[in-house]
This record gives sequence, structure tokens and C-alpha cells, in this order.
Amino acid sequence: MRDSLAVESSDTPSAAPSPEHTGSTGTRVLGIITIVGMVFVTLSGLLWTAPDVELGERIRPIYVHVPTVLTAYLMFAISAVGSAMWLWKRSAFWDKVAVSAVEVGTLFIGLTLVTGSIWGYIAWGSWWEWDARLTSTLVMFLVYVGYLALRASTPDPAQRATRTAAVGLGAVFLIPVVHKSVEWWNSIHQTATTFGQTDAKIDGLQLFTLFAGMATFICCGAWLLIHRFRLEYLAERAEGVELSDAISQRQAETVSAGRKDA
Amino acid sequence: MAANPWPYIVASFVITFAAIIVYAWSVLQRGRRLSRQVPAEKRRWMS
Repeated sequence: MRDSLAVESSDTPSAAPSPEHTGSTGTRVLGIITIVGMVFVTLSGLLWTAPDVELGERIRPIYVHVPTVLTAYLMFAISAVGSAMWLWKRSAFWDKVAVSAVEVGTLFIGLTLVTGSIWGYIAWGSWWEWDARLTSTLVMFLVYVGYLALRASTPDPAQRATRTAAVGLGAVFLIPVVHKSVEWWNSIHQTATTFGQTDAKIDGLQLFTLFAGMATFICCGAWLLIHRFRLEYLAERAEGVELSDAISQRQAETVSAGRKDA
Repeated sequence: MAANPWPYIVASFVITFAAIIVYAWSVLQRGRRLSRQVPAEKRRWMS
């Protein structure tokens, strides 16, 4: 197993102090970019951008709603890659990538549902509609919650990884279903605002703020993914340390008992 | 439909950022706790 993308090899001697956390220079840079981006998106989304011609002030949740779904899609795509790599290579590295991406993606898709519900209330007057886009997004959220539940309920590591990889690989096909749902079925949800087949419906600072929001949330997702991956790595190592401690203790007890018998 | 959308708009931003901060904090805390259980040579992150 090779975890070299995230950690130095334990065989390599290093004078650098070992941190008692999951941070590194890379994550600190990503974290600073994320914080600056979030401050900008908040100020620009709430104060600096002009109201929409049709929706007025009700357009503003778009600056967090769209970036959350984009980040969730990205995390689920990463999880599918990790799942496929586990099934192909049986690499624990990719299994950790898959589960970390699913957990982060589930957070973001949950936020998509919450912000979408708030937006639905102020734009349509309803917190929830059993509409194609909303329903398919809810199904996607529940499938990934199921992934995490399956993960938690399977004790054997290899079996756990294989079962969840099958779910992770299959669930990624929900992304095109959710994305295209507004075109395939009748929906009150609007079609794509920026990357649709029609011309962009927003421009200027509104569009810049939306793109800044997407970039910021992707950085935030990457930051969370790296930390969550390292957490998975540490959990595995801690389990190994506990096991070797238990074996050492048992060996010591056996030797001590042998001496007494002699 | 809400006559004044501002409380809902602000709530969508606050809920989003608060949820991310709480999750990030919990991941960092779990990382700190587990780091103490793992020998130093096995937790040298790339920098």
C-alpha cells in the first residue's frame, strides 16, 4: 500500500517534527484561500451584487446553493474513482479516498437540500415540492447516507471496502440523472444558470461571485477531503498500534507465566 | 412566500458556513485525538 500522496514514507528519516494534527503547509494554503473566498462570497453575495431583474433579492442563495451541489458532484466523482481503483487494485489508499470523499460530498449535498429548500420557500413559496430535481437530489443524499451506514455496519475491512465500493461506483450515475432531471421530466426547478445550453442568465459581478463561490467551495472540499483522508489513515494506524500493544502484552504475560512454571 | 426574504437569505449563508465549520472542527479534533495514539514516525505529513 502506498500513501505517499498524503504522507511521507515512514521509512524516510526526517528531522521535521511530527505534528499532532492532520494539517500541513498545503492544507494551510488551501485553508487560507477558502477563508478569503468565503469572506468575499458572503460580502459580494449579500451586499455587493445587484438584485436580479426577475427574482430581485431572492437570487442571493444561488451564491452558496450552486457551489455546494458542484462540490458534492466533484466529491462523488472522486469517490467513484476511488471505488473503481479499490475494486481493481485492492489498494487501501483508494478505499480511504473513496470514503473520505463520500463523507465530504454527503455534507455538501445535504447543504444543497437545505439551501435549496430555503430558496424554494422565498422564490416559489414552498419549502418542498416532489419535483424531479428535488426528489432526485434527495434520493442521491439518501444513497450516500446509506453508503456511510453500510460502511459503519461492516466490521471486516476488505468486505467493507468492497461493498461500499460497489455502492460508490453505482451511485455516481445519479449525478447525470440529477443534473438532467429538469430536462428529462417536468420540473419547477430552473435549468442550468451558467453551463446550460442557453446563454448565461447572469453576468458581471453576479457571475464572478458565483464562479468565486464555486472555486472557494471546491478548495474547501479539497481541504476537508485531505484532512478526512488523513483521519482515516490515522485511524488505521491507531488500530494497528492497539493490536501490536495487545500482542506484546500477551507475549509478556506468556513469558512471565513460563518463568513461574519453571 | 416570504414578504421579506432577507432573514431566509442570511440563514442560507449562515447554515452553509456553520455546517462546514462544525464538520471541519470535528475532523480536526478527531485528527488531534488520533495523532496522539499513533507513533510520531507514522504521522509525518508532507509539507
